[in-house]
Amino acid sequence: MLRYSAKQLLNMALTLFAVSFLVFALNELSPGDVTRKILGPYASQSQVDHLTREMGLDRPALVRYFEYMGKALTGNFGNSIYYRQPVSELMWDRLGNTLLLAAISFAVIVPISVLLGVLAGMRERGWFDRAVSIFSSICASIPEFAMGVFLLAIFVVWLGVLPGTSPLRGDAGWAIWMQFVLPVLVVTFYDAGYLIAMVRSSMVEVMRQPYIRTALLKGNSFRNVVAKHALRNALITPFTVILLQLNYLVSGLVVVETLFAYPGFGRLMLEAALAKDIAVLEAGTLVAVSVTMLTQLFGDLGYMALDPRIRV
Amino acid sequence: MTEVSHDLAGGRVGSFRGTDAAAASRGWARKIYDLLTRSPIGTIGAAILLTWTILAVFAPWIAPYSPTKIDPALIADPYPSAQHWLGVDHLGRDILSRLIWGARTVLTVAPTAVLGAVILGTFLGLLAGYRGGIVDAVIMRIGDTLLAFPKIILYLIIIAKFGASAFNIIAVITLSSAPIIARIVRGVTLDIKNRDYVAAARMRGESAFFIMFVEILPNARGPLIVDFFLRLGYTTIAIGVLGFLGVGLPPPDPDWGGMVKEAYGMIFVWPHMTIIPSLAISSLVIGANFLATGLREASLDG
Repeated sequence: MLRYSAKQLLNMALTLFAVSFLVFALNELSPGDVTRKILGPYASQSQVDHLTREMGLDRPALVRYFEYMGKALTGNFGNSIYYRQPVSELMWDRLGNTLLLAAISFAVIVPISVLLGVLAGMRERGWFDRAVSIFSSICASIPEFAMGVFLLAIFVVWLGVLPGTSPLRGDAGWAIWMQFVLPVLVVTFYDAGYLIAMVRSSMVEVMRQPYIRTALLKGNSFRNVVAKHALRNALITPFTVILLQLNYLVSGLVVVETLFAYPGFGRLMLEAALAKDIAVLEAGTLVAVSVTMLTQLFGDLGYMALDPRIRV
Repeated sequence: MTEVSHDLAGGRVGSFRGTDAAAASRGWARKIYDLLTRSPIGTIGAAILLTWTILAVFAPWIAPYSPTKIDPALIADPYPSAQHWLGVDHLGRDILSRLIWGARTVLTVAPTAVLGAVILGTFLGLLAGYRGGIVDAVIMRIGDTLLAFPKIILYLIIIAKFGASAFNIIAVITLSSAPIIARIVRGVTLDIKNRDYVAAARMRGESAFFIMFVEILPNARGPLIVDFFLRLGYTTIAIGVLGFLGVGLPPPDPDWGGMVKEAYGMIFVWPHMTIIPSLAISSLVIGANFLATGLREASLDG
C-alpha cells in the first residue's frame, strides 16, 4: 500500500507538471498581453516594452516557466492583474468559502443518496425503486441554474421565506445560516440525483449475487440480509464515486455561486476567465487539479481498505 | 419473500439473455419497437426529444415571430397572452419563438460535439486497446491528463484564451469527453481482441484498420449508444451552463442558458422570463436521460 501511494504521488506530480505546462503554454500564445492589459490601451509602445522588460517577460518562456513553478511551490502565485492583489491571498479566502459550502452540501447529499439508493436497489423494479429512479433521473437532468431558478421562484419570489442572495454578510437582513439553504438545496438536488443512481445500481448488482439468495433461502429475514450481507458490499463501488463528488463540489459550484452571488472559488475562476486574468486562472487550475488527484488517491486507498479482494 | 426470489430469478435470466448471440443479432428497428412497447420511460424520452427536434428543424415555419425582433411596446404587459403564448422577454421578444430557435442551436451544437467526441474517442480507444504497449500508454496518459482538469475549468481556460463561439464549445466538449469514450471502447477492445474470430480475421490477412472497425467496433455499439444519449443530456446542460455564465454562444442568437442569464435579474418582477427557458432546457435533458435509461433497460433484457 505504501509503494502504491508513493507511485500514485509520483504520477500525480507528473500530471500536475503536465497540466501546469499546458496552461502556461496556452498563455504563451499571445505574449505581451499582460503588460498591455496592466497599462491600458492608451499607453505608448515604449512604456509597454519597458514594463515587459521590468517584469522579465522578454526572457525565454521556459526560463519563466521554471521560475513560476519555483515560486508556486512556495505558495507564491504572482499577482492578479484584475484584482490587483496577490493571487494566493485572494484564492485561499475564496477556496475557504467554497469548501464550507461543499462540506455542508456533502454532509446532506451522502446520507440521502445512500439511504434512497439502498432502499430502491434492494427490491429491484419494485414501486419504490421505480419512483426513486425516476426522481433521481429528473434531479440529475435539471441543470443547476434551472433548479436555482425554480427554487428561487418558489421560496424567494412567491413565499418570501428565504434570501435570494448569499454574500455571507450579516448586514443583508438575513441570518448567515439562512443564506446557505438555497445554495445547498440546489447542489443537493443535482448531485444527489446522480449519486442515488450510482448507489442503487451497485445495490441491485449485489442483490443479484448467489450468496444473497443463499442467505434468504436459509431463512434469514430480508431486513437482516440487507443490513448484514448486502449493505457493506453494495457501498464499496459508490465509495469512490462519492469521494469524487468532492471535485465537483470544489470547481463545479461555479453555477451555484453565480446564482446566489456567493463569494467562492468557482466564481473567482469565472471572473478571472472573463477578465482574462491568467495568473488567477493558472493558480486556480493547479489547485483544482491537485484536489482532483488527491481525492482520486484517497479513493483508491479507501477502496483497497474496504475490499480485501483488491490488491496492487 | 416470494417477490424477492422472483426478482432474483428475473435478474439472472435477464443477464443470461443479455449475452445471448441471437438477441444481439436482432435488428435495431426491432429493438426500437421493443423499447417503445416495453419501456414507458424510454418512450417518454424519445417523444420529448422528437418533439424538440421537429420544432428545431421546422423553426422558420413554426415559430410565430422572429426570435430577435425587439418591440419595446410589448414590455408594458410581457405576460403570456393570446398573441404571445409564452409572453415576451425584457426586450419585447417573443419567448416561444426564441425557445424554438434556441432548440435549433442546442440541437445542432450538442449532437455535433458529442459525435465529435464519439468519433475521436472511438478511434483512440480502438487504437489503444488493439495496439497496446506504448501506444496504449501514451493515449491513456494524455487522456488522464485531460480528465484531471475539472471540466468547467477547462472551458473557462479555453474560452478566456480563444473567446466564446460555437466552434470553441464543440472543441472543448469533444476534448473533455473523448477520453471517457476512449476508455469505454478500449475496455471492449481488450475484451474482444483475443477472441477466435478476431484471430481468424488476422489469419485471413485483414488490415488492422479492418479488424478494429469491422470486427471489434460493432461490439461496443450498445454501450456507445446509451452513452451517446447520456452525454447528449450532459452536453445540453454544459451548453446551458456556459450560456448562463455568460461565456456561451454570443448574442443576439437565442440560447436557452443565455435567456435565463439575461432575465435572471428580473426574476422578482417577471419570473416567467427565466422560468420558461429553464423548463425548456430541463425537459430536453430529461428526454435524453429517459431515452438512455430506456435503451439500457432494453439492452439488459435482450
